Amino acid sequence: MSAMSSYPDDLLYTKDHEWARVEERDGVKVATIGITRFAVEQLGDVTQIDLPKEGESVKQSEVFGSVESVKAVSDLFAPFSGKVVKTNSPLGDSPEYVNEDPYDEGWMIQIALANPDETKSLMDAEAYQAFLRDQAE
Amino acid sequence: MIEHPHAPRKTPLYEAHRRAGAKIIDFGGWLMPVSYPSGIIDEHRATRSAIGVFDVSHMGEVHFRGPRAAEAVQRLVTNDVAKLGDGHALYTVACRPAGGIVDDFIVYRITGEHFLIVVNASNREKDVGWFRENVGTWCEIHDASDETALIAFQGPKAEAVLQTLTAATLSSVRSFDVVPDLEIAGVRTSIARTGYTAEDGFEIFCAAGDADRLWERLIEGAATAGGKPVGLGARDTLRLEGRLCLYGNDLTEETTPLEAGLGWVVKLDGAGDFIGKAALRAQRDSGVARKLVGFVMRGRGVARHGYAIHASAAAGGGAAVGEVTSGTFGPTVEKNIGMGYVPAALAVPGGALIVDCRGKMIEAEIVSGPFYKRGKR
Repeated sequence: MSAMSSYPDDLLYTKDHEWARVEERDGVKVATIGITRFAVEQLGDVTQIDLPKEGESVKQSEVFGSVESVKAVSDLFAPFSGKVVKTNSPLGDSPEYVNEDPYDEGWMIQIALANPDETKSLMDAEAYQAFLRDQAE
Repeated sequence: MIEHPHAPRKTPLYEAHRRAGAKIIDFGGWLMPVSYPSGIIDEHRATRSAIGVFDVSHMGEVHFRGPRAAEAVQRLVTNDVAKLGDGHALYTVACRPAGGIVDDFIVYRITGEHFLIVVNASNREKDVGWFRENVGTWCEIHDASDETALIAFQGPKAEAVLQTLTAATLSSVRSFDVVPDLEIAGVRTSIARTGYTAEDGFEIFCAAGDADRLWERLIEGAATAGGKPVGLGARDTLRLEGRLCLYGNDLTEETTPLEAGLGWVVKLDGAGDFIGKAALRAQRDSGVARKLVGFVMRGRGVARHGYAIHASAAAGGGAAVGEVTSGTFGPTVEKNIGMGYVPAALAVPGGALIVDCRGKMIEAEIVSGPFYKRGKR
């Protein structure tokens, strides 16, 4: 795994180690959400993921689900407020996708953003990696 | 949590773990590998199918020597030390006068005047203090932990691979045997056929200065059979599948061995007059109020240490009746498993419990016996 692909440039990142890929669909901003390579390495093997149902609302910085790894359970925090338009249902049977491919197969939910300005509060890949370096010190 | 005032300690193999790319955590005041790059599930499976190699040098080695050594050890532990012959070992607990568990460990009889107790890392100072306070004048008690390294070599292929590294005949070393002087890969060791993984295997003691050399050879040997180094993460999933208790979780000063289902190591009718015997006898006669049970989660949820347990709706439901002491996903049994204390009346195999998994009430079923049992050799 190269340093480049550990934190792709086209994503936004939170201090809670979620990533978001924001796209425009029919005039609505939709964000795909997952957890970062750093989070995956901290968690180790993921065994179960609890996600909200499609149609439920989530609020920025609040818990929207949880990840169980062999070691421990961790909360998932919503990067944005909005409605859940889709969840990655294959994760129910194959939680290991999160370990194997956190930015693609391992995505968790898609949110239709209620307040697109919230994207400004996230970090880009460069800022997130600087944040990780600060945390390590 | 216990406070650790000094800087975390390192085992003689710390640098080897760093070189192997292990994720290191502070575990009870020790910097230990929680997992290596292949991950907990892979390490768990390697131990079940081939060999896992564990650095357990953080554990404490306490030697009892002298004509009254056997008497001293018997005063401290609940199991019957008199039945041990030279070169044999047994699992036991040590209790406070009121019956609470000080620690659980294996006692090795090297000779009639030399016993070794291998104590839990987090209890080492407490145990040595307790031993000295009670029997310190009976025999010499030497804490050899700092100069001793301990490597566990566990799994169905452990004997075959270890045999390639020693001239001794390992097939004659049976379960719970200990051989005090044996050369492995040119290193002087003591080995015991004991472990904490629910697999066959060996625990190998050597001088701290020889640990690196021995570790490298054991890892090389294990690799030829599909084995690998294993961290504390998989050590926990392996022991829990085997339903082996962890001190600090399943056993504490507030629990007794009778409550913990360890009555088989408590010899209340034997001649040994151990600390806690009267209290445990009284508890046996009156019956325990709560019991440690094993359970399998029936709904989607992983029980974790500290989660509340409720009675099932059929049994009245309502307020919490107990607490989860250990819980995880079991990679071999492929189920979410756990242990916890519940009122004795509810501790019935097949019975239902409800575990409060962070606000979600998930049903669990009580099961008897280990979650995983290895096949016969």
